[in-house]
Amino acid sequence: MGQQEEAKSWSCAACGGELGVVKVGFTYMKGNFEVDLPACKGCGLVLVSEELATGKMADAERILEDK
Amino acid sequence: MDQENLREWESKCIQEEPPECTAACPIHVDARLFVKEMGQGDVEAAFKVLAKTMPFPGILGRICDHPCELRCKRGEVEAPIAIGLLERHCVEHAAGKNRIQLLSRRSQRVAVIGGGFAGLCAAWDLLKKGFLVTVFERSDRLGGMLWELPESLLPREVIDEELAVLTTLKAEVRLGISLDGEAFEDICREFDALFIDREGVAGCALPLGRDDRGEITTDPATGATDREGVYAGGVTRMSGAWSPVNEVLQGRKGALSIERFVQRAQMVAGRENEGPFATRLFTSIAGIEQDPRVIPADAGAGFTDDEARAEAGRCIQCECMECVKVCLYLERYDGYPKKYARQVFNNERVIFGAAHTKNQFVNSCSTCGLCETVCPNDFYMGDLCLQARRTLVEQKLMPASFHEFALQDMAHSGGERFALCRHEPGKNESAWLYFPSCQLCATSPAEVLSSYRYLRDKLSGGVGIMLGCCGAPAYWAGRDDLFRETLETLRQEWGGMGRPRVVTACATCRSLFLEHLPEMESVPIWQVLEEAGLPRTTCAASGTTVAVADPCITRHDPETRESVRRIAGALGIAIDEFLLSGGKPECCGYGGLMFNANPKLAKEVIDHRTRAEMPPPAKPFVQPGGWYRTARQEGTDTAYYRTGVSDHDYLAYCAMCRDRLAAAGKRASHLVELLFPAVEGGDPAGRGWISWSERRANRAKVKEAILRELGEKGEVTMAEHEGITLFMTDEVRRRIDERRILEEDIRQVIHQAEQSGKRLKNLQAGSYLACHQPENVTFWVDYTPVENGFTVHNAYCHRMKIVGVK
Repeated sequence: MGQQEEAKSWSCAACGGELGVVKVGFTYMKGNFEVDLPACKGCGLVLVSEELATGKMADAERILEDK
Repeated sequence: MDQENLREWESKCIQEEPPECTAACPIHVDARLFVKEMGQGDVEAAFKVLAKTMPFPGILGRICDHPCELRCKRGEVEAPIAIGLLERHCVEHAAGKNRIQLLSRRSQRVAVIGGGFAGLCAAWDLLKKGFLVTVFERSDRLGGMLWELPESLLPREVIDEELAVLTTLKAEVRLGISLDGEAFEDICREFDALFIDREGVAGCALPLGRDDRGEITTDPATGATDREGVYAGGVTRMSGAWSPVNEVLQGRKGALSIERFVQRAQMVAGRENEGPFATRLFTSIAGIEQDPRVIPADAGAGFTDDEARAEAGRCIQCECMECVKVCLYLERYDGYPKKYARQVFNNERVIFGAAHTKNQFVNSCSTCGLCETVCPNDFYMGDLCLQARRTLVEQKLMPASFHEFALQDMAHSGGERFALCRHEPGKNESAWLYFPSCQLCATSPAEVLSSYRYLRDKLSGGVGIMLGCCGAPAYWAGRDDLFRETLETLRQEWGGMGRPRVVTACATCRSLFLEHLPEMESVPIWQVLEEAGLPRTTCAASGTTVAVADPCITRHDPETRESVRRIAGALGIAIDEFLLSGGKPECCGYGGLMFNANPKLAKEVIDHRTRAEMPPPAKPFVQPGGWYRTARQEGTDTAYYRTGVSDHDYLAYCAMCRDRLAAAGKRASHLVELLFPAVEGGDPAGRGWISWSERRANRAKVKEAILRELGEKGEVTMAEHEGITLFMTDEVRRRIDERRILEEDIRQVIHQAEQSGKRLKNLQAGSYLACHQPENVTFWVDYTPVENGFTVHNAYCHRMKIVGVK
């Protein structure tokens, strides 16, 4: 599922806003990253999917840990 | 690790030591590589291997007397590899020419007196070293005894062709020289150094020291005669001991001495292994089947191409790899301890702080010690890895993810939900102190309580109880501070109890106590039960056969291993021993916190122990490459020894072994479950896996039960989220457990989301998704509120911190 499509499947229960794809900052092991992710257009609540967390994010974590 | 430590580590691992053939060869030809290339049919590559070490390979390759074959390991199985015949085939068929790499030219002049094979080899080496060489020969041609060999073996044109190299290298050759004392003195004056071929000057009256037989005497280590700058080598025809490869050695030895002499360098330093020597390489020939030597159909003509290839294919490509063969961890990183020690050193020192590429490696070892047991030199990777972990912790470079979950579990065991130290109910002194261990309480709470009651019945003087963790996770994580602190707490509590004898139910606890708290006398529960008498029980496994899965920590504890077997026998259980039994138990993947630092490897390890694997082929393949390594490439998953697999139920006496075996789908029980069954007539081996959350709850149950008996109330502070009820399927429960997410973490996420309202709604499913980051990990839970609680559909986590939307 693309990010846009993913964003459309959710709404923010905190503020009732829609989700759009925005740049989200992450940090780990002294490294900073920016990733395009769905997040609430209103309050900025971010969505990290299972696929991302157990896939690309986990891979990146492992690489950084062994650096 | 400093340089000196590295050298110590490196010297213990002998994998890189030369094989017997190379060590037996006077000039150390890499016969193993040569034969490997021949086995692959690459004659040109094989020739290059010979030419790297051999002078006049076209000659020596044909006539070498191959002392290498006498020490070939294949010869211990049936017949050695025919290295000599293979060399002959190679030099007869290779198109490759002698390409000699010359070092820079030197101005010094060296005379070689006598153009026999030793003299010519000295000339070859001296020319390569850049000296100006003049060869003096009495007869009208160079080569001496080479001309007397059968032409079928060494064709005359080969001698001419090979010796022509001397001219190419601009050696001056003076033939028909008469050598008397006067001529010798002239040569000595004219040249910076001399090499004398003994046969080449046989019968000449040269003013040099001689032995009773009239042979020129030399220093065996250097070839030096009694005259400065004059070196000699080779044997005379009269001695009857002419060996081509020994002539080469003698010529080479003289050439090296001459180089050192003119450079005024240390004459003997670093020459210990000149000539044949004893190698430290160990190569097991266990499991290698007989494979008869290939006999050339036409003996006079030597091997055909096919025969050469088949003969070379018999080579077992000697190497040690004993530890790698039995350890999936060592195998998966594609090296061996010596290489690993260098990598760990580089990780720590050379590229300090820049690229710690071995972090996961040093944290993946189970520290089980099997490597040390099978290593001919007792190389213990665990020690190397634990030291490296401590260094990473000191340097503040240890990634938290490698041990955090285990250390949190340890903190739970040392915290208010579990830790306890009390005298027996109704007594105020303890002659004994039961330490059932945090993990056994987590696995088998009812059995622990029942065993405690039994110990109280059987032992006099009061049996106190101590619940807590021995500190093993901290020890494995390189957290010396935390480990010491844990031990100190235990030591003080034990002191407060009047220094009773400690009864341990976990072999890891006992092993750490023995080593780090030597003042604390401890005894395994199995021994106590044997002495006090076993409980009368109907054992579920009675009449069956089990395989005893010894925990790796009992490697050096044969008493415990035997004690467990005796108890099993007394319970009417027959025992099927694993191939690697006795002092060679494997780890379950929990040890050393492998499960935490490298869950993928830990899973492979336990899968290997619970599923039948293809054993390695006992016979090497025709394509050599190390019989073990080739076997590995051929294997579907792993080709390391079929060690720990039995079709019978497993009987463990370590809680983690039991749980990991059970989680991998193997029927496995713990001995305590057989001795003190929670359910009469139950099936402990059928209990299956236990989640991390359940483990914590079980520990708490043990503490609560003991406090109840003591009439005490536990002072446990309940957080608000703890009251949340969760519903989930077994599949979800298993998945989140494998992701090391506790139900406690899920409750916190839901509590937080429900309180703050910060959650996302899935428009199709109607469920909520929320996250919470209590410490380093961010947990995500997909859930739906239902009556009386929450249904959990999924949970996952990551360690990257969300900074926020840009």
